[in-house]
Amino acid sequence: MAKLKLAIYWSASCGGCDVAILDTNEKILQVAEIADIVFWPIALDFKRHHVEAMPDKDIDICLFNGAVRTSEQEEIAKLLRAKSKTMVAFGSCAHLGGIPGLSNFSNRAQAFERAYVESQSCDNPDKVFPQTMTNVAEGELELPEWWDTVKALNQVVDVEYYIPGCPPTVPIISQLVDALAAGNLPPVGTVFGSDKALCEECPRTKEEKTIDKIYRPHEIIPDPEKCLLEQGIICIGPATRGGCEARCIKANMPCRGCFGPPPGVTDQGAKMVSAIASILGLENEKDLSAEYVESLMNQVKDPAGTFYRFGLPTAMINRKRI
Amino acid sequence: MTEFEPRIVGFLCNWCSYRGADLAGTARMKSSPNVRPIRVMCSGRVEPTFILKAFQLGADGVLVLGCHLGDCHYAQGNYKTLRRMPLLKKMLAQLGIEEERVLLDWVSASEGARFVSIVNDMTEKVRALGPFKQNSQEAKHG
Amino acid sequence: MKKITIDPFTRLEGHGRIDIFLDDEGNVANAYLRIPEFRGFEKFCEGRPVEELPRITTRICGVCPSAHHMASAKAVDAVFHVEPPSAAKKVRELYYSAHMCHSHIAHFYVLAAPDFVLGPTADPAERNLLGLIAKVGLETGMEVIKHRAYAQDIQAVIGGKATHSVCGLPGGVSKAITEDERRDFEEKSKSMVEFSKLSLKIFDDVVLKNKDYVDLVLSDMYTLKSYYMGLVDANNKVNFYEGDVRVVDSEGKEFAKFKPADYLDYIAEHVEPWTYLKFPFLKKIGWKGLVEGKDSGVYRVAPLARLNAADGMATPLAQAEYERMYQTLGGKPVHHTLAMHWARLIELQYAAERLLELCQDPEITDPNVRTIPTATPDDGIGIIEAPRGTLIHHYQTDEHGMVKKVNLIVATGNNNAAMCMSIKKVAQALIQKGKEATEGILNMIEMAYRAYDPCIACATHSLPGQLPLEVVIYNAKGKEVKRLSQYLS
Repeated sequence: MAKLKLAIYWSASCGGCDVAILDTNEKILQVAEIADIVFWPIALDFKRHHVEAMPDKDIDICLFNGAVRTSEQEEIAKLLRAKSKTMVAFGSCAHLGGIPGLSNFSNRAQAFERAYVESQSCDNPDKVFPQTMTNVAEGELELPEWWDTVKALNQVVDVEYYIPGCPPTVPIISQLVDALAAGNLPPVGTVFGSDKALCEECPRTKEEKTIDKIYRPHEIIPDPEKCLLEQGIICIGPATRGGCEARCIKANMPCRGCFGPPPGVTDQGAKMVSAIASILGLENEKDLSAEYVESLMNQVKDPAGTFYRFGLPTAMINRKRI
Repeated sequence: MTEFEPRIVGFLCNWCSYRGADLAGTARMKSSPNVRPIRVMCSGRVEPTFILKAFQLGADGVLVLGCHLGDCHYAQGNYKTLRRMPLLKKMLAQLGIEEERVLLDWVSASEGARFVSIVNDMTEKVRALGPFKQNSQEAKHG
Repeated sequence: MKKITIDPFTRLEGHGRIDIFLDDEGNVANAYLRIPEFRGFEKFCEGRPVEELPRITTRICGVCPSAHHMASAKAVDAVFHVEPPSAAKKVRELYYSAHMCHSHIAHFYVLAAPDFVLGPTADPAERNLLGLIAKVGLETGMEVIKHRAYAQDIQAVIGGKATHSVCGLPGGVSKAITEDERRDFEEKSKSMVEFSKLSLKIFDDVVLKNKDYVDLVLSDMYTLKSYYMGLVDANNKVNFYEGDVRVVDSEGKEFAKFKPADYLDYIAEHVEPWTYLKFPFLKKIGWKGLVEGKDSGVYRVAPLARLNAADGMATPLAQAEYERMYQTLGGKPVHHTLAMHWARLIELQYAAERLLELCQDPEITDPNVRTIPTATPDDGIGIIEAPRGTLIHHYQTDEHGMVKKVNLIVATGNNNAAMCMSIKKVAQALIQKGKEATEGILNMIEMAYRAYDPCIACATHSLPGQLPLEVVIYNAKGKEVKRLSQYLS
């Protein structure tokens, strides 16, 4: 079999997905056996014009990590889409929008005001902001435009596969590599990982879910064997796709949903509202007043930021109305 | 000048509030025509996704009416609704969706007048808020 | 002066871009290092429960997430006025020492060493990790991969995952270390200490024994006189996890030493409209622009700066190397930017020794690793030494611990002014009288920048963080004379 042509690109990303690929250690050598990496900015010298010069669909598979928030990132996403047979949204940012998606709670003006004026250490009495065009003594300097709204990859181009996780795990990356090596990719549209919610693979014991108090993770020392939700700690596991081996849970911390919603669920946040409301105040539900119920629900301090931690750009309401 | 006519989606439970709405109709009570009713078997069927979807598709407001507490045809259905709504509304507020755009209330099969009063009231509140624009800041957007 | 127009940006994603302006004689009038990337963590952390910030701020950077995780954990401790149990602090420091190992190994072998092992003007196709392995041998290459993996493994066991760990909480860590885990870490640490020695030996053989490289290190174009900042313990020895912030001037005299909580009295940030990255500077000296010397508020951070700002290393092997470096380079402080690579390896040695020390500490497996906060949260600051420099997380919350304001001064950002100046110096030295600017020149400029081990994702609390670099040179008629680029998206 001829070697596959592989491109790996990072858009609005933290770099963790590329480190995850390096963390596969020896698996990387297997990749080198089956593929030529024709574009990988972090590690190799191939440039954009090399990609532009390629015939369409010349790249067999492109692993694209990072969200999209500038027009140039969109350009490159479209360029790679045109040159690639298969496009993979790699990691939470490309898949769902990711942590950068939290920016959709505000807009550019507010973010700039905070960073360049309000910040406690900023010495900027003249309110200088970065500009798309500046005149300096010697000439003009340009900066790129920054959007108000962050997007996931499939909101910009068609995507064939999704590798979830922040960052994706080595076993899941290996799954992809094995599928490529065998020429045996799953149906288009597949999100790798499990088809069940995280609760399925979580090692903790699960009994009856009925709580009336929510604890923030630092407020109690949870029992290491019992389900965290049953102890009152909000865990997004019920509304999250499994496949991550429950690493965070094993470190005694609750899931925050980085694998995105399980199959069949369109909106992760909406499902978590249902899940929490189902178990909180369940005991003696008939005797509780509306005010008391409201006070129970107010224990959830940051529903949108917790339930949409990784997926605000791909939620049904994908940004805050300002 | 055309006045803004809010488009409000109303989820009405089959056993109580939908019948209350019918009663208002057969009694020829006048009410604002802005609510588009959708009959569900129980207000407990209304999941947050429905409400988000309504806004996503252009609704300016969402109304959920169920049986009075204690009268639910399925015994506990409306208690679930009672718990879901405050949490959902808190989340929606974080997304810039005003409190008044989503209302949960209880209307029995015999309360045609109450139905009308709730509908009129909500319509005016939403009218005052103006149309719901999903992405009011589309600037600098690909 | 010839006016130079810049070509419209067509490729923008998070690369450092240098714009060079030539004067009438074809000399470099000015060079601007611009970071065209920004993300807005300081804004979108608002409204979040503060205890979630250690898990959110790691996403500032996927290469050094653990640095943010620890700085954030310390900041939330301060917000809640809670002191973690002694064992918890040791667990955090153990975890963090492992992280320093991973990061310094990655930087030295993947990014820096190829310049020296293959040569600064070697063929780019070979001037990378694979070329390095071909030159030093597969066995050494495997040792590199193995030890970085060890460091990642230790972080993964303690933190849940190595990249974007979850264990940091106000008042401690979420999980204690078991005896089995401790034993495994101890074996790995011993190996790490040996590997650090090997790395220093490689540096010695490849760089210090090569006169051309030594000349390069000592050359004027790669020298910059600035203040230096780093965390030190009670004995003024380098400590990555905890201590006071110490600043020395360009002659090595202590200029300031302050507690993290007082950072606003000493550090301020300047804004320029031509870059998204702010310029931290010493408040008491003031912002005098991009100039060197004692009267300018510019300071540097990261390995060389840390060693300059301290009086020594807290572990024996590292201390011996520290003394050797200063002896070789003519005393303290050392202003030669390329010496950062040496300092980095000395720090690797210290991190490995410290890792082993902590593994052998009798308290390290104590199950008591959490203190439950009881005070009302309000304001807290956490400072840590990230691999790339002093990292400051400052959070303000309401009485429920919901975040109101976040201020981040991030490692590489501290070096912004210095990087600009280093690059300009090298450009001015190499491009004279309109001389042809070659790929080799691009790389020599990059070497000035690469020594800082810049993490642009961190610096701009933004994405992406790759290091693509473009040098564009225009003449007065706006005609592109030369465009040299690497790793461009």
